[in-house]
This record gives sequence, C-alpha cells and structure tokens, in this order.
Amino acid sequence: MTTWLQQLGHSGIETCQKLGRSFLFLLHVLIRPPRLFKTFPLLIRELYSVGVLSLVIIIVSGIFIGMVVSLQGHHILIKFSAEQELGQLVALSVVRELGPVVTALLFAGRAGSALTAEIGLMKTTEQLDSMEMMGVDPLWKIISPRFWAGFITMPILAVIFSAVAIGGGYVVGVDWLGVDGGSFWSNMQSAVDFRLDVVNGIIKSVVFGIVVTWIAIYQGYDTVPTAEGVSRATTRTVVYSSLAILGLDFILTATMLGGW
Amino acid sequence: MATEKSLEITVGLFLLVGIVALMLLAFKVSGLTFSVGSRYYTVTASFANIGNLKPRAAVRIAGVKIGEVETIRLNPDNYMADVVLEIDDSADKIPVDSNASILTAGLLGENYVSFTPGFEDTFLKENDHITNTSQAMILENLIGQLVFNMNKKDKEE
Amino acid sequence: MAPDTPLVIVDNLSYQRDKRVIFDQVSLRIPRSKITAILGPSGTGKTTLLKLIGAKLKPTQGNVHVDGRNIHSLSRPDLYRFRERIGMLFQNGALFTHLSTFDNVAFPLREHTKLPESMIRDLVLMKLDAVGLRGAQALMPAELSGGMARRVALARAIALDPMLIMYDEPFTGQDPISMGVLIKLIRRMNDALDMTSIIVSHDVAETLSIADYVYVLANGKVVAEGTPSDLQHDTGPFVSQFMHGLPDGAVPFHYPANPFIHDLLGDNA
Repeated sequence: MTTWLQQLGHSGIETCQKLGRSFLFLLHVLIRPPRLFKTFPLLIRELYSVGVLSLVIIIVSGIFIGMVVSLQGHHILIKFSAEQELGQLVALSVVRELGPVVTALLFAGRAGSALTAEIGLMKTTEQLDSMEMMGVDPLWKIISPRFWAGFITMPILAVIFSAVAIGGGYVVGVDWLGVDGGSFWSNMQSAVDFRLDVVNGIIKSVVFGIVVTWIAIYQGYDTVPTAEGVSRATTRTVVYSSLAILGLDFILTATMLGGW
Repeated sequence: MATEKSLEITVGLFLLVGIVALMLLAFKVSGLTFSVGSRYYTVTASFANIGNLKPRAAVRIAGVKIGEVETIRLNPDNYMADVVLEIDDSADKIPVDSNASILTAGLLGENYVSFTPGFEDTFLKENDHITNTSQAMILENLIGQLVFNMNKKDKEE
Repeated sequence: MAPDTPLVIVDNLSYQRDKRVIFDQVSLRIPRSKITAILGPSGTGKTTLLKLIGAKLKPTQGNVHVDGRNIHSLSRPDLYRFRERIGMLFQNGALFTHLSTFDNVAFPLREHTKLPESMIRDLVLMKLDAVGLRGAQALMPAELSGGMARRVALARAIALDPMLIMYDEPFTGQDPISMGVLIKLIRRMNDALDMTSIIVSHDVAETLSIADYVYVLANGKVVAEGTPSDLQHDTGPFVSQFMHGLPDGAVPFHYPANPFIHDLLGDNA
C-alpha cells in the first residue's frame, strides 16, 4: 500500500515537474524579443513546411468530411422532410466543431510529428548544442519560428478546411441528392452567425494551434538523444496533442455555449 | 535566390487561400453583411408570455426582417417578459401604436416577433416601450382548449 | 592578461548528475597558444568537461575561468557573446543538415557579424580552403564523408577566429588518412591562428603526437599530467596501462563478478 502510494506520489511530482518545465520552455520561446528582420525569412520557411505542406491533406480530408456530413445529414433530415435545412446542418457542424478539431488532429499528425522529429534529430546530432556553443540561442533560431508558424498556420488551415468541407457538402447535397441550392445557402446564412459560429471556431483553432505546436516543439526539445528517444517523442506528440485537442474542445465548447 | 523567391510566393499563395476561405465563411456561409454603417435603434416590448422566443430571433413587419431580438429578461415588478429589440434604422417609420406579437414560423418552427403597424403619426424611436403586445401562442394551451371545446360539444349533443 | 597566465583555469570543479559523481575536485590549467589534451577512458565525462568549460552545464562546485572571467557567473546575453570567442568541434561535426557546406560555415558569420554578403563569401571560402574543402562548398552535409564533415565543422568552428577551440573526440571513427589530415589541420590551425586548443580523446597515440601538455582523467579525478614524453614513461599502474593499451592491469579485464565456480555450479559449489 505504501509503495503504491509512493509510486503515485512519485509520478505525480514528476508530471508536475514536466508540466512546469514545458511551461517555462514556452515562456522562454514567447518572451524572446522578436528580431523581425532576422526572423522573418526563417518564419517564411517554417510557414512553408508547416503550413503549405499540410494543405493537401487538409483539403482532401475537408472535402470528404463535408460530403459525408451532407450524406448522413440528408439521410436523417429527409425523415422529417426538412432536407432544405441541410446547408445549416453542414455549415454549423463544420464551422463550429469538425473544422477546428479535425484540422487540429490532422495537423498534429502531419506537422506536429514532423516538428518533433526534426527538432529531436537536431538534438540527437548535437546541432542544437553546437548552435548554443556558437553563441546562437536555438530557442529563437530554431524553436521560436516554428512555434509562430504553427500558431499562424492552424487557424488558416481550419478556415480552409471549413470552406472546402462546406463546398463538399454542397456538391453532395445539391448536385447529387437534389436539395434546392437556393434554400441550401439561405438556410445556412440565416442560421450561421459570423461572430458566434465562425469566430468561435477560429478561436478554437487558435487555441489548438498553440497547444499542438507547444507540445510538438517541447517534445522535440526534450527528446532523449537516441533513435529510440526520437521515435518515442514523436509518438508522444501525436498522442498528447490528440488528447489535448479533444479535451480542450469540450472545455471551449462548454464555455462558448455557456455564453449563449 | 530563386528558391527563396518561390518559397515566399508559395507561402503568399497559402495565406491568400486562407483569406479567401475566411471571406467565403464570412459572406457566403454566415451571410455577414458590411452593415457597420447601418445603425439600429432599440425598443422594448413587454409580453405576458414569450413562448420559445430566443435572443437573435427575427423581428418582422409583413414578413420582412427588420431587426433582431437582443435580450430577454423578466421584469420583476409585473412578471412580464421585457424583450429588447434591435430595429434597423431603415425601418424608422413604425407607428407607436403598432402591435407586437410573437408568432411561430410553421407548425414547429422558430418563434419570431411580428409587428402589425398601427395608425398614429408618431413613430417608434430609441428606448421606446411597446405595451400593445400579443403573447405567444402556446401549442399545448391551444390543444387543451380544442379538447375542452370538443368535450363540451359532445355533452351538448 | 599576461600572455603566460593560463587561458582556462578550472578550480576544484565537481559535477554530479543524478547523485553520480562525474568530477570530484578537478583542477586544470590550459596554457595559451598550446594544444592541451585531456585523455581518459570512455565514460569518464570528458565531453561533460568541455560542456562545463563552455558553460553549457553548471558545475555543482568550483568554478571555471576563461580568459580571466568566471564563465558560470556571466549573464545569459554576456555568455552568448562570450561564446563567440570559443569554437567547439563536436564528435560528429554536428553540421546543420538543412544548410549546405557553404552556409554552415557562413552561419556564425551571418549570426554574429554585419559583414556584407560578398565579404562573408570571401571569408567562408578562405576557411574552407584552409581545410581543403573549397571544392565541396555546394554539397549538403549528407553528401560528405565523416572525415570531410569534421573538416567542415572545423572550418565553421574557426570562422570567427576564436581564442579557444575545443575538440570533442576528433579522431574517433576515422580512417587513417582522414585521421592524418585532421592531426595536421589541428596542429596547423593552432600555430597559424595562435589559438588555444583543447582536445578531448581516448586515442592515445594520435593525441600524444600533437599535444603539448596532457591531462589524464579517470574516475572523476586527474590521475596524471605532464608532457607527452613524461607520460610515456610514467610507471603508475593505471597510466601505463592506459598509455600502452594493455588489456589487463589497474583496470581489470574482468568486470567485477562472483567467483567463476559459483556462477557455473550455482549454489551447490
């Protein structure tokens, strides 16, 4: 019993330490004075590898998710002969929920894991150490641009995802299932509020962007410098990010709905 | 450098696609209109029962949307529901004796506020209070009355 | 600073990691413009010593003075500025894999100087020429052999003409030819640029051939010091075993174990 308690206490303390360390790490990244002139080219490069390279998977998944929601929604709505409400159903579920969450999950799998592996490998091959010994702080040279790239990219990807998904929903609903196109859009427009639905969705994706990128860069920076360490860190990034996204999504949705 | 340039172009395109998507969500999906210039004025209407009326519900005259419900609160003095309505400035000629009633769109649809214009020459303005109201029709009450009337008829026969 | 005071003074340095004592009261003097070698078996924390000198790690006790300044009491910005004057060559070169050879060498120049690009180009080509790899400027690190990568890393380490350069195991895993090239380069760099060099290694013969002064570390302590010829003739049991690579001696061939007969026969013995 006491050993069990001791183990519990030990892991509790360790978790707190890790959380604290990662929080300090984030602070270090954030309070670095942004040397815009020098950081900007780095940021562009990271925006490319984090954002542009994630675009294809985001667009393809967006189209399919929109099509599936439209198909399912039509199947249910037609029972109440309310299929003209399809636009509203697709738009609300995508803009509020699926857009931010699915984008964040895909982002964690595509860009988060890549960030962790890249930084972890740089650590394993002593590139971070050598940079530090050259008098260049890897936190702002390597880590900070990646963080900001993730922070900027995530809402953009989520917005693109939502737009594409609604397009996919339109194709299935109107062109395929024969819902009237005019009522598809007008029902959508009367039901979706820009601030309460679209902006709240964007806020969600900003939060997810911060959290996923934070987890990814911290796991990379904290990697045990071996091949196994890198692979574990990458796995941890995806697992922790996914859990954090789903948990935070509930909390955010609850607070946002509470405001209504 | 050529690679640097193409990199920047791709990132620029990426940002552009993002902006376009946001525009789509704003204007095509949520029907946002740049109505910053168009103002509204608020009037309060007291109802004995608001039924299922919710904030953001439409305010209509002759079926045309002229505003929205802003807030709903209970007036503790007379147990009436005070409904604050935001009415677009373009609809500034609503006679003060107009009747505000809560109607339902379709059998099971949403509640909305409908004005039936009156005949006065003075018009509603900011912070006016409407007392000439009809409460929401509650479906259960209607059914109850119907059943009651039918029973009465049965007895009479 | 008088030229005859040591550049690096390590005083009673102790370092522990997770209760394991890595260094116990180690004191070293690294003279200026000389090549000082620190020898020791694998796992004695030689790399850790370099990281302590570079203030990458903080000692549990004691202090390190580099060029008269206590390096562990410097503020973070000061430390980073100070590090511009220290070059370090990591075991595998630690080249930035996303940059070409040229950009790797240019990296410290671009970070720490405001030189125009044309001058940076000239400087980089000079440094690359010094290590004989001017022709490889466009290659990516993945296309370089291990020995070439180390030479590029050397060019990068001397890009800012540091006063002190630290080599972490420069000879490990090198074929005889690139080993010979590296030995020649280290000696030539040291003499031509009037640098102070610290070499950490366990390759005794190669290190002794270029070192001016040698410290031998074992079990967290300095067990011997002197010029290479002094150490060659040292008769201490550990030093002579280490210097001449004998399989058995002060460090026994066998890892501590139960008597063999116990292991073979179990408890019946």
